[in-house]
Amino acid sequence: MILLVPRQTASNGWQIATPVMAVLATMVTGGLLFAIMGYDPVAAIRTIFWDPLFGPAASYSRPQLLIKAAPLILIASGLAIGFRAGIWNIGAEGQYIIGALTGAAVALALYPLEAWWLFPLMVLAGLAGGWAWGMIPAMLRNWFGASEILVSLMLVYVAQRVAAWMAFGPMRNPEGMGFPGSRNLQQYPSAANPELIAGTGAHWGVVAAALAVLATWVLMSRHIRGFHIRAAGTAPRAARFAGVSPTTLVAFCLGLSGALAGAAGLFEVAGPAGQVTDKLGTGYGFTAIIVAFLGRLHPVGILLAGLLLALTYIGGELAQLTMSLPAATVQVFQGMLLFFLLGFDVLTRFRIRRRLRA
Amino acid sequence: MMIDPLSVFLLLISASTPILFAALGELVAERAGVLNLGVEGMMITGALAGFAAAYATGNPFLGFLVAALAGAVISMLFAGLTQLFLANQVASGLALTLFGLGLAAMFGKPFEGVKAPPMPTGPLRINWIVWLGLIMVPLIWAFLNRSRAGLILRGVGENHEAAHALGYNVRLTRTAAIAFGGAMAGVGGAYISIATVLQWTEGMTAGAGWIALAIVVFSKWTAPGVLAGAWLFGGVTVLQLRLQAAGVAVPVQLLSMAPYLATILVLVIISARQKYSRRAGGGSPGSLGTNFHALR
Repeated sequence: MILLVPRQTASNGWQIATPVMAVLATMVTGGLLFAIMGYDPVAAIRTIFWDPLFGPAASYSRPQLLIKAAPLILIASGLAIGFRAGIWNIGAEGQYIIGALTGAAVALALYPLEAWWLFPLMVLAGLAGGWAWGMIPAMLRNWFGASEILVSLMLVYVAQRVAAWMAFGPMRNPEGMGFPGSRNLQQYPSAANPELIAGTGAHWGVVAAALAVLATWVLMSRHIRGFHIRAAGTAPRAARFAGVSPTTLVAFCLGLSGALAGAAGLFEVAGPAGQVTDKLGTGYGFTAIIVAFLGRLHPVGILLAGLLLALTYIGGELAQLTMSLPAATVQVFQGMLLFFLLGFDVLTRFRIRRRLRA
Repeated sequence: MMIDPLSVFLLLISASTPILFAALGELVAERAGVLNLGVEGMMITGALAGFAAAYATGNPFLGFLVAALAGAVISMLFAGLTQLFLANQVASGLALTLFGLGLAAMFGKPFEGVKAPPMPTGPLRINWIVWLGLIMVPLIWAFLNRSRAGLILRGVGENHEAAHALGYNVRLTRTAAIAFGGAMAGVGGAYISIATVLQWTEGMTAGAGWIALAIVVFSKWTAPGVLAGAWLFGGVTVLQLRLQAAGVAVPVQLLSMAPYLATILVLVIISARQKYSRRAGGGSPGSLGTNFHALR
């Protein structure tokens, strides 16, 4: 019989080892899955995890890494702060969509004005839109005690419908010959979010993601608010006695993660996506939850996890092209990754012992 | 516009059936102290497995049976994580939803564009699965409130330390409750693919699992409350579809937000009443969402 003995504090070694183990276990299980489905497992795993970086077409796919990783890291940095405090914002996808819409709205309203301040204003609008959408579940929880999990998630479906309405209605391109979708912001110089250094994929969203990693690291390890958040997560009652206001924390965490998700949406709609369509949400908001957990809710971990999950996106697309693997393979991989991580996590919190008597 | 009240009522209970099944299953799991946010993932798994089985055999009822099995099987991933490995229930439930959505999208490709076999109608123009859902309400109520097994289950959910001290097997009870919740969510999902939409499309549950979770809160953790919540939701859905059909001058995309907004509204009203009511507790099971680890 196996016995689990709780550790006094989480094991540092296992904290780092378990995400690596989870990735390896996902590769092995994924390989088995491919073998069952009739694909060559070794080739499939290599196509997903190796070829995008070092394969024959790597010069095309490498810049994609930063493009895909930036929104994931930006969103996950915000989510991780809430998760630390036990505040579950799982509606980042909705905040991402609304941020993209409010940001794009500024550009579309001022078109064809050219000014240096337009793009910064759009970023502010994106931040504000995401913040506001995140504050809805925060306020409903603070005022009425409604679950922020369910409210933030419901608001994803609402946001998706707002995006569809905008793409077919108010934001439709007047010169688009009746096709749904807004003007292309990439062709609007003052509003575009271009590649800053040719061939790297780095746009302003990548800069913002790097800043977010740095800022959340300072916040969580050097600032009193970060200490309050960690205290509220590990010992809620003790934190309350120490004067940490739960309602302030809820508003801060949901507002901050909403604002970062909104900014991610704005950088995407003004850059890689280019226009407002009904398919604005591509699932970054949900994948970012996995990034946050895989990165151990730590800024550096999130940076690495974001790059890894970006890799699975690009590798998945590559495998779809070259091996005709189903498009949903990536989603299955990401789900599996979270399962394995949560399972292996038992090692960080417990010691495994043999039970002596039968 | 003439509206026949009976036909509207029939539409309403049909529209509420997927949510009713999923919410009844989640009710039993939550009364055992388990918060499973994987309902959406289990529903979509049931929707695909049920549809595939019904399509392959031509028998819709076999489809529902397979859907129940598939839902129960995939729920065991969640049970293993939370009961054996003591993983966080919120994160594990989310993982189940993300995984289920991916898995169904991956294996669902070959079934796109084919039609489900016809559902035979039962008494009063209502099909048998709807009847089954309605019968489950008093059955689950009686199980929870009038049976010994139900009493043990509630004990485990209310205070797992005490239940363990009395010699009841907390993990086994919870695993059984999770499996039941999975089976019910599977049937609910299959109702969407086999009896409502009549085909398989990716992501077709469209948040029904999350609405079911909200309805359990709305029900104050009782079976009749779940029925009321499911009907309320069904009513909003039917009304919204009627308004779309009647060509109201509101964009379709805005009308289709109604079920989600109604869910938020209901959640707010119920939560506020629980927050500001004088009676303590508010109805949620005492050990809800917390893992049990026997140290003795």
